[in-house]
Amino acid sequence: MTSSPVLDRSDPGPGEPGLHRPGYVAEKKNRRARRPRALIASAVLIAAVLALPLIFLLIEASGSGAAADARLIFRPLTAELLWNTVRLTVVVTALCGVIGTAAAWTVERTNVPGRKIWAVLVVVPLAIPDFVVSFGWASLWTWIHGFRGAVIVMTLAVYPLVYLPVAASLRGTDPGQEEVARSLGSSRVRTFVRITLGQARGAILGGCLLVAMVLLAEYGAFEIVGYQTFTTEIFTEINVAFSLPAACALALVLVLLSLIVLGAEGRLRGRGRVSRSGALAQRVSAPYRLGKGKIPALAGLVALTGLSLGVPVGSAIYWMTSGGHDSLTGVSMPSAALTTALYGLLSGGLATLMALPVAVLAVRHPGRARHFLERSTYLVLAVPGVVIALALSYFTEHYLGGFGYQTAPLLILAYAIMFFPLALVGVKASLARAPVSLDEVARSLGQPRLAVLVRVTLRLTGPGLVAAFCLVFLSVITELTATLILIPTGVQTLASQFWVYETNLSYGQAAPFALVMIAVAAIPSWVLGRFFDRGVADPRTMT
Amino acid sequence: MARRWGRTPRLTAATLAVAGLVTAAMTGCSALSGSASTSSSSITLYSGQHPQTTQKLVAAFEKKTGIKVSVRSDDEDVLAQQIVTEGSHSPADVFYTENSPPLEFLQGKGLLSGVHSSTLAATPSRYNSPQGDWVGVSARVSVLIYNPSVISQSQLPTSVMQLADPKYQGKLALAAGETDFQPIVTSVLRAHGTAATLKWLSALKANAAGHLYPDNETIASDVNKGSAALGIINQYYWYRMRAEIGAGATHSKITHFAPHDPGYVIDVSGAAILKSSKHQAAAQQFLAFLVSKPAQEIIGGHSLSYEYPIASGVTTAAPETPLSQLQPNSITIGDLGTGTAAITLLRRAGLL
Repeated sequence: MTSSPVLDRSDPGPGEPGLHRPGYVAEKKNRRARRPRALIASAVLIAAVLALPLIFLLIEASGSGAAADARLIFRPLTAELLWNTVRLTVVVTALCGVIGTAAAWTVERTNVPGRKIWAVLVVVPLAIPDFVVSFGWASLWTWIHGFRGAVIVMTLAVYPLVYLPVAASLRGTDPGQEEVARSLGSSRVRTFVRITLGQARGAILGGCLLVAMVLLAEYGAFEIVGYQTFTTEIFTEINVAFSLPAACALALVLVLLSLIVLGAEGRLRGRGRVSRSGALAQRVSAPYRLGKGKIPALAGLVALTGLSLGVPVGSAIYWMTSGGHDSLTGVSMPSAALTTALYGLLSGGLATLMALPVAVLAVRHPGRARHFLERSTYLVLAVPGVVIALALSYFTEHYLGGFGYQTAPLLILAYAIMFFPLALVGVKASLARAPVSLDEVARSLGQPRLAVLVRVTLRLTGPGLVAAFCLVFLSVITELTATLILIPTGVQTLASQFWVYETNLSYGQAAPFALVMIAVAAIPSWVLGRFFDRGVADPRTMT
Repeated sequence: MARRWGRTPRLTAATLAVAGLVTAAMTGCSALSGSASTSSSSITLYSGQHPQTTQKLVAAFEKKTGIKVSVRSDDEDVLAQQIVTEGSHSPADVFYTENSPPLEFLQGKGLLSGVHSSTLAATPSRYNSPQGDWVGVSARVSVLIYNPSVISQSQLPTSVMQLADPKYQGKLALAAGETDFQPIVTSVLRAHGTAATLKWLSALKANAAGHLYPDNETIASDVNKGSAALGIINQYYWYRMRAEIGAGATHSKITHFAPHDPGYVIDVSGAAILKSSKHQAAAQQFLAFLVSKPAQEIIGGHSLSYEYPIASGVTTAAPETPLSQLQPNSITIGDLGTGTAAITLLRRAGLL
C-alpha cells in the first residue's frame, strides 16, 4: 500500500476529538509527495470566485477615502449597532444550537411517534421567507418587537441550519462508542454528553457557525420587527444616503465580525478527528426508548413546529382570505414555482459541486494555507445579498462589457456564491466522518484518484451531499434582494412575485405565493428524510 | 475485488439525478431566461413606484404606442445604485421613482439625459428637475398621524418644531431612516440652521425612544393601534392602510401642520431617461405619456396609490384636501437635493 492522505494533528481539523488512525505518523513523511494539484487548483479558483464580493467591498469602500470611512465607522451609533448585533448573534446562535440539536436527537435517535413526519416539518421553516415570518408574528402581537422580537423570529426561522447537519451526523454516527461507554459504566446522561454530543460536535458547531453568519447578514426580518443591526444600517446607507461606499465600509465591519465568529468556531472545534470503530460498520443505533419522556418530547416538537410553521402559515392563510385583491397582474403561480424550483435545483447542484473540492482539500489534505483557503470561503455568508448582486453587476460591467448581465447563469452563480458556505458545511461534516481507509484501499487497488473520489468518497458522503444541496435549495427559494437585481427581466420567482404583491399591499394575492414557497420547500425536506430512511432500511449497502 | 466498486444502484441514481438536472436546465431555459427584448420598439423601465400604478400606466402606454415596456421593480434607492454600478451598459432606459432624491442623485452623477421641453411644460416647473433632467409625475404631502383615543386634537403640535417638546415623550413614533423624513430635516435645516436642527433632532430621538421604527408603515400601524400617539408620515401611507384594514379598523386620523411650516413638505415622484439608453426616442415618448392627461387620470383615479397627479391639470378624488389647497413650505426640489446635509445631521444626532 502506498501512502495515503494524512490528517496532520497540529491542524485544527473538522472532526471531533476521538480516534486517530494507527500508523499515521509513518504516512506523514509522504505528504509532500502527494500534493493534489488538480484539487488545489480548483479549490483556489472557487475561493477566488467567492472572494469577488469581498474585493468589491474593498474597491467601493476605498472610493470614499479612509478618512470618510473612519468617520462613518467611529461614530456613536456604531457602538450601539455593535452591541445590538453581537447580543442578538450570541443569544440566537445559542438558542438555535440547543433547539436544533435537541430536535435532531429526538427525531433521529428516539422512538418518538411520527418521526418521519417530524423530520420533514422541522426543516420546512427554513424555507419560509423571513419577511413572512416576522410579518406573521408582528401582526399577531405588538410586543414582538425590538430585541425580543428579533430573537423569537430569527430563532424560529434559522434553527434548521443546526438541525440539518446535526441530524445527518447523528444518523451516521457509530453506535459502538455509545455502547462501549455504557458498558464501561458511564451513566446515560454522561454518555449522551460525552459521546453522542461529542460525535455530533462538528455538525453542531458547523450549524451554529451558519446561524451566526446568516444573522450577521439578515435584513428583512429586522426591518419588520424594528431592530437595528449593522446590516439594517447598511441598507439605510443605500436607501437614504445613496452611499454605496459607506454601505461597503460598514459591510467590511460585518466581515470583521464574521472573522471573529469563524475564529471562535475554529477554537471550539478543537483538534482530532472522528471515525467509525470498524470502517465498514454502517450500523444504526437502536432508537432510544423514551418511555414516559414521549409526552414532553412530542409536546416540544408540536410547540416548535406550531410556532415556526403554524404562525407564518396561519398568517398567510389569514391574508389569503381577508387581504385585499387588486387587479394587479403578475406571472402565473405555476410559472413562478417552476422558475423557482429550477433556480433552486441548479444553484443547489452548482454550490454542492463547488463545495466538493474545497471540502475534500480541507478534510483529506489539510495544511495551514489550505485551511485558510477553506475558511475564507465562509466570509461571503456575512455579506448582504444586495452587495453580492451589485458586486456581480460591477464585475460584468467592468470586465465583460455587460455580457451575461441579468441572465439566468449569472443569477445561478450569484445564488451559488451566496449559499456556498451552507453546502460546504454539509459536505465537510460527512466527509470528515467517512473513513479515509476506504479511499486508501481503493487507491491501493490501482484506482485513479478521480475514480476514488467518485466511486468511494462521494458514496460515503451521500447524505452530506444531499443535505448540502437541500440547504442551498431551501435558501434560494426565499432569496429576494439579489434576485431583484439580477433576475432576467420579465421573469419572476415565487419570492420576487410575492414581493411585488406585498409592496403593493395586495396581501390577498401575495399570500398564495408564500404558501407555495412553503410547499416547494417541503419537497427537499421530504427527500432528505427519505434519503436517511433508506440508510436504515438497508444498513449494509456500503459493503 | 475491483468489481466491488463497480456501478451500484446508488451511483445510477446519482447519474440519473445529474442527467435530470441537465434536462431540467435545458427545458427550463424559457422559464429562467424570460423575454427581454432589445428591439427599438421596446424599452426597459426601472421602477421604484407602486407596482399597480406602474403596471396600469405601462399597459396604457403599450396600447397607445405599440412600444413594449419591460418593468423591473425594486426599491428606488437600490435601483439608483444598480444603475450607477451598471454604468454605460445599464439595461435601463427609463428610471421612475417615488421621490426626487434618487433622481437628483443620478443627475449629480451625470447619468441622465435631458427631458423634452414639451414634456417638462406639462408639469408645474417647481415639481421638475431644476436642470430639466427629469420630470415630476405625481406628489405626496407630509402629514401628522395621530390616535384620538391616546392624544386629543388640542394637544397636537401645529409645527414640526414642537415635536421636540418633552410633553411628547414616549408618545412620538419616528422613522428617521425613511426617505420621507429626510426632506423634513432638510426643510428644518433651511429654516432654522444647523445648531437648532441638531438640538431638535436630539429631542425627537429622546421623545421617540421605544418608538424608533424603520418605516412609515410601522408608524401608521402602531399609531393606529394606539401603541404610539403620533408621528410624521406621508399622507398616502394612511390612505393605503385604511384601504387595507377598512374604515372600521382605522382608529387614527391625519392632519396637516400649520401653513408653510417646515414640516409641511411636498415630495415629488418623477421619471428620467438614462444617458446610456439606446432607445432615447421611445423613452422620451414614455415620459411624455406619464405627464399626459390619460396617465395623470390613471394616477388620480387609481384606488390604491393615493398620490396627487400634478401635470396636465388633472385633480384627485381620494386625498380630501386637493393639491391646490395645500399650503406647504416654500422649499424647492433643488433645496431638497439628495439630502446630504440632512443625513450628516441625522448621523450626528445618532438617528442614522
